[in-house]
Amino acid sequence: MKESQTTSLPRREFMRKAAETLGGIAVVVCASGGLGTLLADQQHKKGAPKPGVGGKGQQVGVPHEYDPTHHRYVYLIDVTKCIGCGACVRACGKENDVPEGFFRTWIERYIVSTDGEHVDIDSPNGGKDGFQPKVTGFEVAKAFFVPKICNHCTQTPCVQLCPVGASYRSPDGVVLVDETRCIGCGYCVQACPFGSRFIHPKTHTASKCTLCYHRITRGLNPACVDACPTGTRQFGDRERKGDPVWKQVVSGKVHVLKPELLTEPNAYYLGLSYEVR
Amino acid sequence: MGPEVIGFSFPNDVHVTWSLMIVMYPYITGLVAGAFVVSSLYHVFNRQELKPIGRLSLVASFAFLLFAPLPLLFHLGHPERALNIMVTPNFSSAMAAFGFIYGFYFLLVLGEIWLVYRKDIIDRARAARGFRRRLYKILALGVYDDSPEALRIDKRIVIILAAIGIPAACILHGYVGFMFGSVKANALWSTPLMPVIFLFSAITSGIAMVLVIYATVQRFAAKPISGECIQSLCRYLWLFAIVTVTLELLEVLSLSYERNEEWLVVSILYRDHLAFSFIGLQMVFGSLIPIILLGIVVLMRKYLTDPLRNMIAFVAASILLIQVMAMRWNVVIGGQIFSKSFRGFREAYRPELFGREGVVVAVLIMVAPFVVLALINRVLPLAYDEKREAARG
Ligand code: SF4
Ligand code: SF4
Repeated sequence: MKESQTTSLPRREFMRKAAETLGGIAVVVCASGGLGTLLADQQHKKGAPKPGVGGKGQQVGVPHEYDPTHHRYVYLIDVTKCIGCGACVRACGKENDVPEGFFRTWIERYIVSTDGEHVDIDSPNGGKDGFQPKVTGFEVAKAFFVPKICNHCTQTPCVQLCPVGASYRSPDGVVLVDETRCIGCGYCVQACPFGSRFIHPKTHTASKCTLCYHRITRGLNPACVDACPTGTRQFGDRERKGDPVWKQVVSGKVHVLKPELLTEPNAYYLGLSYEVR
Repeated sequence: MGPEVIGFSFPNDVHVTWSLMIVMYPYITGLVAGAFVVSSLYHVFNRQELKPIGRLSLVASFAFLLFAPLPLLFHLGHPERALNIMVTPNFSSAMAAFGFIYGFYFLLVLGEIWLVYRKDIIDRARAARGFRRRLYKILALGVYDDSPEALRIDKRIVIILAAIGIPAACILHGYVGFMFGSVKANALWSTPLMPVIFLFSAITSGIAMVLVIYATVQRFAAKPISGECIQSLCRYLWLFAIVTVTLELLEVLSLSYERNEEWLVVSILYRDHLAFSFIGLQMVFGSLIPIILLGIVVLMRKYLTDPLRNMIAFVAASILLIQVMAMRWNVVIGGQIFSKSFRGFREAYRPELFGREGVVVAVLIMVAPFVVLALINRVLPLAYDEKREAARG
């Protein structure tokens, strides 16, 4: 296990560098059309193992040598970098066989007027197909994209409420659903304040972001992180010494969603604006 | 094609996860709890004027109890795993309590019914022939001791069971309210008042249902309707309806006064999305009218003839049954048509007609307890026969 960590580190670093340079190009292309999204998809195909590792849905095999008590994952979203290409949403959809119309991750677009009174928000198809330019009825002061995923909350209401214990929090901090135990009551869907859960229309069980558990337990990044061309999405492990992502979280000015609910999210945001809920 | 969305919704929030079945579920459990409380008014608090409905309300409570889990089962994605709630319960979940509370309550009500009807069963077992005789023998469970001493003990136990049953009924329904009230993600549900509102409206619906069933049963059996009994039921119904509606309004009032984030969405919800079902159905038609009608019954007793009073009572009770249904709808469905982004609404939810969680199934589930009541009626008559009761002493 140690080994897989050390081998995966340089690779991750490399990916990040590559993503950053590529991201620069992508920003330009994105503005001129959907090419950026295409590019990002290409990159995902090259960088990631074949989709479907560990099977479909959330029942994923975990390697024998994996010890969840040796990890504590963090997710960092640098809002200032997101270009709304939607590559992450597409990558997630493919990787996890997410049904049409449901989302384990999505992108929101915020457009704020100069007087600060109008906030136009949308997320067409969860941002899966990128965003089309939009004409607003007001003068625009700022506009930005906000990627969302399950926050893998430490004090998670969704786990607290599950009547059969099918929703649980693994020692590595990942909130998962045991598909073989879930009775499909939907209580957790109601309980999640962030809209991260849904009842899968085929399995009739609760479904949500697993941080690509089948990948991260093998030392890989979640598919969305690898697919992101700008380095908006970053994945780290606070149990790992000198983890750059965790370092940014503890030493930087980060934010979480709906902090007033005290769910203690483990997905952090850099550069989050107050309009975002 | 997804539903139409106004404003901004989280993309997963446009689905109504809790359907019509979850509207039915608290409605039926409410009737169970409410009817039981009415029966206890007679059995524990010895309100003699309620004697005619003492047993009936107990049996009605049981009939609804039989079907209370059904909406849940129809709703679950995996009903075959339903028993896991009791096998592997997660005790930090409100919902996990359902199996245990339900089971406990079931035994309690069943036991009380048996004790209350024991003498009747024995008498019938002795009088009947053939199949019916065998049936009553089974129901008697082999106990034929109907000495005055034994019956006195029966009565004692009934009082104890009924007394335990009151907090049990309150827990049963308070817990249903808690299931909603404890969801902090939901602006509409998460108030400490929620369990209390559910409890009071449950009792309201229970009294109303018992009144309606009693009047109907007596009419079908061509037996007189006790004016005293109806009058008394009306008084309780009036009281509980007023408390219920006050609580319901208080909740809206405090939300609007605090003007927290929730009010952003709840105000629009009531104004635009639940205008008909909340303001129209639940508040004006469902609350104002019956409270006035019952007020007339209670305050102007002298001026009303028996048939007129019974008629007004029947109408008021029927409307209150609709009110409580509307309340369940507004809470369960209303709580899901806005997004947790607090910025978007989906178009009104319309339940499917056929299909597992559809209107037809809901109607069938609602009719089923009455079928059971009719069946029970054939074995143990539900109508209250004053002469027979007098003869029994
Ligand atoms: S974001 Fe929602 S689904 Fe994810 S852990 Fe928190 S409450 Fe649970
Ligand atoms: S839908 Fe499944 S995971 Fe969610 S609360 Fe119900 S049983 Fe638990």
